[in-house]
Amino acid sequence: MLKVLKPGFYTTVQDIGRIGYLNKGVPVSGNMDANAALIANQLLDNRDNAAVLEITMTGPTLVFEKETYISLTGAKLSATLNNKPITNNKVYKIYAGDILSYGKLLEGLRGYLAIKNGFLTEKLLGSRSYYYPITKERCLESNTTMVYEKCSDFSPKISPLRLKSLLGENVIKVYKGPEFYLLNDNQLASLFSKEFSVAKENDRMAYQIEENIEGLTYSMLTSATLPGTIQLTPSGKLIVLMKDGQTTGGYPRILQLTEEAICILAQKKYRDKLSFRLSVSN
Amino acid sequence: MNYSISIRAYGVHAILIEWPNHVKEDILEDILSFKEYLIHTCIDAKDWEVIPAYNSLTLIFRKKEIVFNKVKEQLQQWYSQKTPYIKDSFLWKLPVCYDASFGIDLKETCDVLNLSMEELIKCHTEKEYTVYGIGFLPGFMYLGGLGKELEIARRASPRPKVEKGSVGLAGKQTGIYPQNSPGGWNIIGNCPVPMFNPKEEKPCFVSVGDKVQFYRIEKKVYDLIKIENEVGVFNIEKSKIHA
Repeated sequence: MLKVLKPGFYTTVQDIGRIGYLNKGVPVSGNMDANAALIANQLLDNRDNAAVLEITMTGPTLVFEKETYISLTGAKLSATLNNKPITNNKVYKIYAGDILSYGKLLEGLRGYLAIKNGFLTEKLLGSRSYYYPITKERCLESNTTMVYEKCSDFSPKISPLRLKSLLGENVIKVYKGPEFYLLNDNQLASLFSKEFSVAKENDRMAYQIEENIEGLTYSMLTSATLPGTIQLTPSGKLIVLMKDGQTTGGYPRILQLTEEAICILAQKKYRDKLSFRLSVSN
Repeated sequence: MNYSISIRAYGVHAILIEWPNHVKEDILEDILSFKEYLIHTCIDAKDWEVIPAYNSLTLIFRKKEIVFNKVKEQLQQWYSQKTPYIKDSFLWKLPVCYDASFGIDLKETCDVLNLSMEELIKCHTEKEYTVYGIGFLPGFMYLGGLGKELEIARRASPRPKVEKGSVGLAGKQTGIYPQNSPGGWNIIGNCPVPMFNPKEEKPCFVSVGDKVQFYRIEKKVYDLIKIENEVGVFNIEKSKIHA
């Protein structure tokens, strides 16, 4: 078992998400920075869908009760193992009683902690991803315990990896959304020439953009939305839906982030700068 | 009959098919019939997610990027040659307790609409509502078909917390909050039947295209149904629409 001594700001269990229930109103959920989570699992030779911890801004303090292996990826959160600094993108052996804790956020926003064979929390509708009230939990709390398998013998095959980090990226690549055609020249010029920044309102449901553009008044009937969809409201606010975002919406869906762009945005915090670049789809 | 539909790319993993911008049963039926045709005769249903709502059908394909022009052409062809495909849909009868302890806006709503409480409850329970979409929250139904006499504006400011099961009115819509949630609808009662259960293989018994009719229950019956639900012996009354 793993025991939570301190939960951190907002730490959740995530996997690749809850697929197949959009028609019942269930968001996909899952890793916000899917790329970082995937690397964390690959380092441990885990299945892609193994559950990891997604650590936001301030990390937890965790004590391990049996042997295993872990890896950290994503945001740089000054992690220490028994008070000794450890780094991202490497595999570490864990012994019973080891304590993992986190310090200052140096870069990015969301870190990932993978464990050999994944965290074995309850699976609901095919996924372990926290999403209240589908899971009872919203995020980790002190004294939460989580089951994992003991593993005392694993030799990492691909460690240390030389990885292209997405943390420094601030270009958000987008495809045209279904209501892209409604945009006028003024709106297009703003979208693709201005610099934008992340608003205070940013979480697993949606990222709002601080700077408004000319609004779009268009009466449409409620229709499906996806993670990575950018909606434009009548008042000119840009709202980027993320992994826990609503499955339907009534604002024009002007742009759609690439999968990689969702990962890049997931590492952005309040006031971080970004710009949009239009990708051509096939 | 065939409508003029528009097919547009929605990123590289999804496609949006749109019917004329109207809330109409004929349109919804055409969408659902095309959806069934697609699932049964055109696409490999396990690789696609298909989400109907009001006047649209969104197709999601996660495996790889969609070659839009090719799929668009294919979809147009399928739409023109589709055969009517009717899936069973159901009329669900759902109990609602309009007791003042649940219907916290009932009195005010009656005043605004100039109806007595009895009249309001009669109007609300006599119609069959069509499920035009499910979204916003897991198990939240967008119901259409509300009588004009029950149309009322949203509350000026939303409440931070509306209780699970609350039945509300807003604009041309009525619906049930499937979980505690912030919300701006006028709350007139509460439905003791949970609309979403993540422990079930089918977590939400209602599908888009089904119909819902409410019936009035007293507080005592409400409490009983709650208990019956907890122990799993409550059966929701349903009947087939397309027999």
